[in-house]
Amino acid sequence: MAILEVHHIEKHFGATRVLEDISFDLEQGQALAIIGSSGSGKTTLLRCLNFLEKPDQGTISVAGNLIFDAADPATQRESEVRKKRLHFGLVFQSFNLFPQYTALKNVTLARELLAQEQPDFKENKKKILEDIQADGRELLAKMGLSERADHYPSQLSGGQQQRVAIARALALHPDILCFDEPTSALDPELTGEVLRVIRELAEQRTTMIIVTHEMAFARDVADQVIFMDGGVIVEQGDARQVIEHPREERTRQFLSRYSEG
Amino acid sequence: MIEFFTSSTFQTVLSALNSGFLKTLQLFFITLIGALPLGLVISFGSMSRIPPLRWLTRLVVWVIRGTPLVLQIIALFYVPGMKEWFTWPSGENGRMLAVCVAFIINYACYFSEIYRGGIQGVPKGQQEAGQVLGMTKAQIFRHITLLQMIKRIVPPISNEIITLVKDTSLARVIALQEVIWMGESFMKGNSGISGLVWPLFFTAVYYLAFSGIVTVLLGKLEKKLDFFQ
Repeated sequence: MAILEVHHIEKHFGATRVLEDISFDLEQGQALAIIGSSGSGKTTLLRCLNFLEKPDQGTISVAGNLIFDAADPATQRESEVRKKRLHFGLVFQSFNLFPQYTALKNVTLARELLAQEQPDFKENKKKILEDIQADGRELLAKMGLSERADHYPSQLSGGQQQRVAIARALALHPDILCFDEPTSALDPELTGEVLRVIRELAEQRTTMIIVTHEMAFARDVADQVIFMDGGVIVEQGDARQVIEHPREERTRQFLSRYSEG
Repeated sequence: MIEFFTSSTFQTVLSALNSGFLKTLQLFFITLIGALPLGLVISFGSMSRIPPLRWLTRLVVWVIRGTPLVLQIIALFYVPGMKEWFTWPSGENGRMLAVCVAFIINYACYFSEIYRGGIQGVPKGQQEAGQVLGMTKAQIFRHITLLQMIKRIVPPISNEIITLVKDTSLARVIALQEVIWMGESFMKGNSGISGLVWPLFFTAVYYLAFSGIVTVLLGKLEKKLDFFQ
């Protein structure tokens, strides 16, 4: 069964329709890349999945449970939305690390706050916090950042910051990890280290949605690709097939612009 | 020269100025303790998503910032009695109370605008990062926005606080016996001394020393927040 089912999502900003009838499924352990030019709605779609934007139409289900229905206000209550968000992790284009916390604290903060809501937090406080710390260090080690755990974001390179941001998103064990152009804000020589980490996650069968402009990366790492243009899904299918042998004329035009550039 | 500093006149003036300056300090600290948190409440009001609340708050801030503090002190002290709404306690305590209320309201309005700038200056992505990590609004404010806001507002707030050191002298308009009032009293006559001009100018020493200390402390706070960008 699909871990994520998105049906007929539609979103307007004022009179402008930015998403129209977006539907797709994502299987557990698969990576989905979303490609398309700027303004095609990719980022808005990702933001809808993370409840940063509210779709005007459509439904979102995770592991068979309906978690959002535009027609049902009961699925949109603030208190519940907060819990539902945890199905998704989001890595931002501009990292958005918390500048006043070390790399490690960036990774552990949200879990520490969530742990406070556990009924046994008071009795086992020390143990719980130690476990969270240990997990955080382990995640940073996985990102190749053991040495940087106690550095502040301003002391890290862009690539290092983005890897901390990935560790931060992973710390809450989301069902689906979303990336919003994770390398677009990086200098070209720093994109490699971030892409390598994402590639490793894909090899470990992490369920992911990656909005990206790196076509070769999408082809090699993703299982599925969606090409969006003007707020609609123009083409979706097997990653290699869509990128190497696109069926639609618009996809072909978009991809040829990339290979020229 | 030494004779002057040991003279009984100097001793009398000094102890009067000291007691006046104690009132100045009292007014200064009470204003800060009241206005710093009240300003935050007002800034939330001026950013409220409920339009009438937002308009009302901004109207109040406009009136308070748009009129002289002296006028507000006079109005707050005399008008309630004239209109028979209520009367302030008599004597020096009543004056102090009225002046403190006027100062707290006035400074809270100035602080609120600085807070608003500070909060709105924190990039939106910070809040969104907190949201996607499942934090509540209160947690985001307390654990993410607050310190970033404080870092941004320390320089402008420092400015206001230095101004407050000197603004306390406005309290003499309703005859609160703060340090300027005391200094001036030796011109007209106080403790059998009159016609002395220097005590009034000598009060400057108090202000300079105190604003110097405040400047150093606020500078230290600013340095302390330098650990992040």
